Amino acid sequence: MYLDNSATTKINKEVLDEMLPYLKDEFGNPSTLYSIGRESKKALDNARQQIANSINAKSDEIIFTSGGTESDNLAIKGIAFKLQNRGKHIITSEIEHPAVKQSLYFLETLDFKVTYLPVYENGIIKIEDLKNAITPETILITIMHGNNEIGTLQPIEEIGKIAHENNIVFHTDAVQTFGKVEIDVEKQNIDLLSLSSHKINGPKGVGAIYIKKGLRLVPIIHGGGQERGIRSGTENVAGIVGFGKAAELACSNLSEHEEKLSKIRDEIIEKVLDKIPESYLNGDETHRLPNVINFRFKAIEGESLILMLDAKGYQASTGSACSSKTLEASPVLTALGLDPVDVHGSLRISLAPDSDNFDIDDFVNVISESVETLREMSPLWNQDTDYDEIMKRK
Amino acid sequence: MNYSEKVMDHFTNPRNCKKMENPDGVGTVGNPTCGDLMTIYIKVDDDVITDISFQTFGCGAAIATSSMITEIAVGKTLDEALEISRNDVASELDGLPPVKMHCSNLAADGLKAAIENYHQTHQQN
Ligand SMILES: Cc1ncc(COP(=O)(O)O)c(C=O)c1O
Repeated sequence: MYLDNSATTKINKEVLDEMLPYLKDEFGNPSTLYSIGRESKKALDNARQQIANSINAKSDEIIFTSGGTESDNLAIKGIAFKLQNRGKHIITSEIEHPAVKQSLYFLETLDFKVTYLPVYENGIIKIEDLKNAITPETILITIMHGNNEIGTLQPIEEIGKIAHENNIVFHTDAVQTFGKVEIDVEKQNIDLLSLSSHKINGPKGVGAIYIKKGLRLVPIIHGGGQERGIRSGTENVAGIVGFGKAAELACSNLSEHEEKLSKIRDEIIEKVLDKIPESYLNGDETHRLPNVINFRFKAIEGESLILMLDAKGYQASTGSACSSKTLEASPVLTALGLDPVDVHGSLRISLAPDSDNFDIDDFVNVISESVETLREMSPLWNQDTDYDEIMKRK
Repeated sequence: MNYSEKVMDHFTNPRNCKKMENPDGVGTVGNPTCGDLMTIYIKVDDDVITDISFQTFGCGAAIATSSMITEIAVGKTLDEALEISRNDVASELDGLPPVKMHCSNLAADGLKAAIENYHQTHQQN
């Protein structure tokens, strides 16, 4: 059972079927004028409309990119370069995806100033902190909609409202929330929005950015002027067609999926917390994505837990340092103020719309047994071993 | 993580994983903040390691190396056991992923710490 859908998802069969013609006979370049090119152009237009419909935008406000990472880079650098004469201050949160964080680190090397708002124990920023951080130099607020590790949702509508009252551009990374909870760029006061296809059962390597009509930004990829000059490069037609279809499917049954997944999510949370001693939920209990759960278990290490769950047929992920490329414990969990030792004991379970036919009781039993086995091995768990004493003995 | 079959075997069926009652030497290495903490227990008779066990908080590599060293060290004299290196443990496991060579390959250090502890607590008079 694959339970790591925040990492990526399996492509939907209907999506694949829509894509295939564009990988075979419909290979035309959408910028060309003869019929086969026009067919490709039509397919792009259709996908653009599908994406626009799913976030209450207009089709000319959608630019296709290579994915969430590029959309984040374009939004942040594009606005920073465009508005740098007005000011060089940007506000963000402490728990952004690396695509946002690293773009901001890059801008810091160019003398931009960045304020990182804390998120507190529940993983959510405080509006007061945001208001206090705004200066006359602030040109951009970039705060994600839903977090990819703990699933907490930020109050983006309110953030957008405050941004606009202060004449500041508001960008939100909605890669994890798109197709999971409602997104309405009008209602939620969004100027720039990043989307990715592979988190919603679409193909990898394709995404989009919503750019509110009238807002200008500097392109970061220069070339032949595709995508109205904002993103040059011959379009990934098949990928875009797949993304459009995936968006349509995900958003057409949104509230139904949301309800179904929340129920499974809440059942897993309740049963795990009930069955496993010293287990905790990371992130806010209610302001969270319907499909993401993040637990922590005392005295065990996450990579071991992932290996054990995998051996029993369940694929999930962890914020433990030992499983990351950088060997750094999850900055998101660390930002919640958790003890570093506890960060190693985290487990992320992320569902997809098709995660509805698995045996929750079996899954919870497997987690429980694995945690117990690892605790039996752990020198930090034995109640008669004093941890401080161990550290002193060293 | 791409672990060898041997690593997975030792991780899934760890050998000698238990707290030892009345050990002759105990060594703890690692740091739980970094995600690895390992305790090695030894029983010593006439300078030979007659029994050895471990407890480990850590990743797959940390658990597998702990388990492996108990198999390598049992029956060895203390001097022989001190010769066991991190690389020995890793090669007995058919190798470890490069990132794990440094942080999680602590078992040889744990054994050394246990032997040191044995020497400190069993000074000959
Ligand atoms: C919140 C968030 N932003 C951005 C990305 C990057 O998206 P992509 O993989 O399409 O580049 C991801 C996916 O890992 C994500 O979860």
